[in-house]
Amino acid sequence: MTIRWSRIAIYAVLILFALIYLMPIYVLLVTGLKSFGEVRLDQMWDLPSGLHFDSFREAYSSLDSNLANSFKMVIPATIFSCLLGSINGYVLTKWRFPGSDVLFFLLLYGMFIPYQSVLIPLVKTLQMLHVYGSLWGLVVTHVVYGIPITTLIFRNYYANIPTELVEAAKIDGASIFGIYRRIVFPLSLPGFVVVAIWQFTSIWNDFLFAVTVTSNPAIQPATVALNNMAGSFIVEWNVQMAGALIAALPTLIVYIILGRFFVRGLMAGALRG
Amino acid sequence: MGNTGRRLLRNVTSEQAAAVLLIIPSLVAVGVFVYGFIGWSAVVSVSEWDTLRPDYTFVGLDNFRDLFHNFRFQIDIRNTVVFTVLFVGSCLVIGFVLASLLDRHIVGEGLFRSIYLFPMAVSFIVTGVVWRWLLAPRAGVNILPSKLGAPSLGYGWYTDPTVTYIHADSRLGEAFHAIGLGFLADPNFGLPLAMISVVIAATWQMSGFVMVMYLAGLRAIPEELRDAARVDGASELQILRNISLPLLRPVTLSAIIILGHQSLKIFDLVISMTRRGPGFATDVPALFMFETTFQGNHFSHGAGISIVMLVAVSVLVIPYLFWSLRREARL
Amino acid sequence: MRRTMKFWLPIGMALVALGVLASACGGGTSSSDKTATAAAGKKTPVTTGTSAAGATATSAPLSGKLEIFSWWTTGGEAAGLKELFNLYPATCPGTVEIVNATVAGGGGANARQVLTTRMLGNDPPGSFQVHMGHELTDTWVTGDYMEPLDTLFTQQGWASVFPKGVLDIVSYQGKPYSVPVNIHRANVLWYNKSVFTANNLQVPKTLDDFFTAADALKAKGITPLALGDVDSFASIQLMETVLLGTLGADGYNGLWTGATDWNSAKVTDALNAYKKMLGYVNSDHSSLSWDQANDLVISGKAAMTIMGDWLEGDNKAKKFTGYGWAPSPGTAGVYDALSDTFGLPKKAPNRDAVICWLKVVGSKKGQEAFNPLKGSICARTDCDASLFDEYLQSAMKDWKTDKIVPSLAHGAAVKQGWLTEVSDAVTAFVADKNAGTLQSRLAAACKTAGVCK
Repeated sequence: MTIRWSRIAIYAVLILFALIYLMPIYVLLVTGLKSFGEVRLDQMWDLPSGLHFDSFREAYSSLDSNLANSFKMVIPATIFSCLLGSINGYVLTKWRFPGSDVLFFLLLYGMFIPYQSVLIPLVKTLQMLHVYGSLWGLVVTHVVYGIPITTLIFRNYYANIPTELVEAAKIDGASIFGIYRRIVFPLSLPGFVVVAIWQFTSIWNDFLFAVTVTSNPAIQPATVALNNMAGSFIVEWNVQMAGALIAALPTLIVYIILGRFFVRGLMAGALRG
Repeated sequence: MGNTGRRLLRNVTSEQAAAVLLIIPSLVAVGVFVYGFIGWSAVVSVSEWDTLRPDYTFVGLDNFRDLFHNFRFQIDIRNTVVFTVLFVGSCLVIGFVLASLLDRHIVGEGLFRSIYLFPMAVSFIVTGVVWRWLLAPRAGVNILPSKLGAPSLGYGWYTDPTVTYIHADSRLGEAFHAIGLGFLADPNFGLPLAMISVVIAATWQMSGFVMVMYLAGLRAIPEELRDAARVDGASELQILRNISLPLLRPVTLSAIIILGHQSLKIFDLVISMTRRGPGFATDVPALFMFETTFQGNHFSHGAGISIVMLVAVSVLVIPYLFWSLRREARL
Repeated sequence: MRRTMKFWLPIGMALVALGVLASACGGGTSSSDKTATAAAGKKTPVTTGTSAAGATATSAPLSGKLEIFSWWTTGGEAAGLKELFNLYPATCPGTVEIVNATVAGGGGANARQVLTTRMLGNDPPGSFQVHMGHELTDTWVTGDYMEPLDTLFTQQGWASVFPKGVLDIVSYQGKPYSVPVNIHRANVLWYNKSVFTANNLQVPKTLDDFFTAADALKAKGITPLALGDVDSFASIQLMETVLLGTLGADGYNGLWTGATDWNSAKVTDALNAYKKMLGYVNSDHSSLSWDQANDLVISGKAAMTIMGDWLEGDNKAKKFTGYGWAPSPGTAGVYDALSDTFGLPKKAPNRDAVICWLKVVGSKKGQEAFNPLKGSICARTDCDASLFDEYLQSAMKDWKTDKIVPSLAHGAAVKQGWLTEVSDAVTAFVADKNAGTLQSRLAAACKTAGVCK
């Protein structure tokens, strides 16, 4: 077996990039394991003197109820987002009616509004719906603002399902719901994975809506609690970084579990445009 | 239901009606939460609302005139363009390079993929904090060489207030002036070097996602196409350029939309990493809007900024969407 | 296009019919269990006149929730706040559950965003932390969001306990609108004692002294002044101490009332002094927060920093004892004050509980419990000095005798809209060092605010 220099070069590049990508994680981990006295900007790269898990313990105890809140909010929001996006994508690709392209475009445009500009009317609207101040208010907010991207992903994904399948079923007399239930939905798993990963990540990591819609610290999600660990003036960086790692853990686990399906979903055309 | 009713409904099949009904909830939700709120913003942007008491007195386009004359807003426009071009560009390039490397039967591909994708799991706020440390001139990347025996770097990264631009008295500047483009020789058309640090952090976050998109796209290209080209004697690079890239155009365009919409709204990363930066070098419209609305109570100006951002987005995005939808309709 | 229209017409008609039906059945707002929205539904007459604050009988036990909104999330601030909560049941018997609603970040920037959104949405907290001065007055009081507290102040006898300067700053049209819980000083120069003794330097008293010492330090390779202005308040605060040091208390006060001409030569001198001072500052200041700049002083890489007296808490947390302090150059005898205060929002839920909270906040016991932990001095003049450390005791002495001026950077001197324009001008100046542009922008900001002609 000859060792080709090109293979070595390829691995070298990949490993170099991997190190660069891991650099910030290293800093997060190492700082989280230090004691407060050791945390200095210019000692950033130094390994901790010992494994101080206090910061992790302290971070976890501050965050644990808020992590539960995050889950309570993210899981329904992701599920509803997926379903809504799937139905929208299905309708817009397999049941074209006059103006469906325009409607898709109108739905998509919502992706571009800066969320700071809608906070004030959002609060008023959520109050009218009697969900302001609760986790359901956040669920409603995230589901609505997730419609554009989830519709986009599913629309692209379903565009790759051959129309003949659907046409044949239509001729056989199947209803719009029947076709969805029996043909489209079973094929949708990779699409659901892509949407679930994207939505889980953005909703889990959102701060602006979380801090605006929920004010009671007992029901606020983890992002707000993590931010509050910073303090306005004196920052305990080791606890902060430990908290950041803990807060990122669920998303990471989702990626690890669903990662393979993620690629499969993208291969099936979920984001191929 | 008389003849008129039946005649009207003839244009609508029951299935199509069901389809519309299924999509109505989304339309209503988006109609209220997006277009309704944009409408509210538009109303506020032409009002005099400057204190905590809403004041909807109509003032025409005064707020917009104030904004475009505001030195900070001018800088923000420049920064958005610079950030978008650099961020989207580097994500596409790095994502594509990594994907094409990973597509070659790599041992441990899954591990590499996870490492590149993991940054996306972290929130922009955490990314900002970590990269603020990593690119702090006194620490981070600058002192890394010293750990390996080499001298430390001294670069200012995001504390560097330099804006590289075409100077009016340079040869290029005079050439521009000769063809009537003299106004381009101005810092407002320059490149703020501090922004590069923010681009690095953002690219770290999102290039893994682009890589996975390209990887999936490459995997979807039938191997026969590439084998045929190889048989004809084409090199890997030629195959990449002439076969893979063109077929990946839909992926590229999707990535541009997703990255583009993030870069236009970028806020969390900037506020946690650099805030405004020296001389507003890393300031972005979303941050300006946040500060002017919620710190300065200039609600009408804040709404004006969001309307300007939306109009800018429309100018860029609408033509693309129409073109791509029209193209699909033709297929 | 015609086909589209034909398709949508019957559907549209059906939807309109549905909409009409829905609104007819929907009726008015159903009752909600959120006390806030219920309170918002009540029609409160818009008035700045008489208030009944303090007139309720305190004998009836209080109940329900009391939401206190602040940005005190960690460290001494949070500890001090906890102490106030602990004192609450004694003064306010009952079963009140205190909800500690906090939002950290940006020295109150995030909290202000949440507070603004909530107040505009008619969902006020019970009481919220706000800086005394124009931040309170021009944001909330003139917008008719706060109840006047004159009855409460009379009932508690606070007119004789708070200094007149402070009472003036928390009042509007003769009535006080919030209760100050602490006083911080912004014009303090902190220095590393060993660096000074090792270089045979005197603690600078005037701006010229400062520049002499700075030159000596620079020659030795030590950063004379550590600055951390990733949060823009730090550079605004530095400028305000230089303005104070050059113009004196009266001249400084005149800047915010229109009495001092922004275009005058004295202001030019001050801004040039500020520019000169920035030449002695660490080059990476825009990457550091103020406490990270303090690390430079602690490690001896820098000699001095000009920062408010919350810096002492940072030194204590980092177990650094070799620090000294002095009024910032040129400002001896002047107390550049800022204060955190609590008021009574007009539609506050559980109003009686809030009023009792204000009593706790303004009480001698409350302030003596809160301030030593927070690292500030009491707003009251009768606190027991033995509870405070050396610096705070000297600050309390100064507080009694110095001229009190309102801080610019912390919302006391000018309203928020004006402050953000100052902030933008200063950020641009720190980078381009163009004092002329800065001066004209500051003058324009005064005009836009409606104070200067």
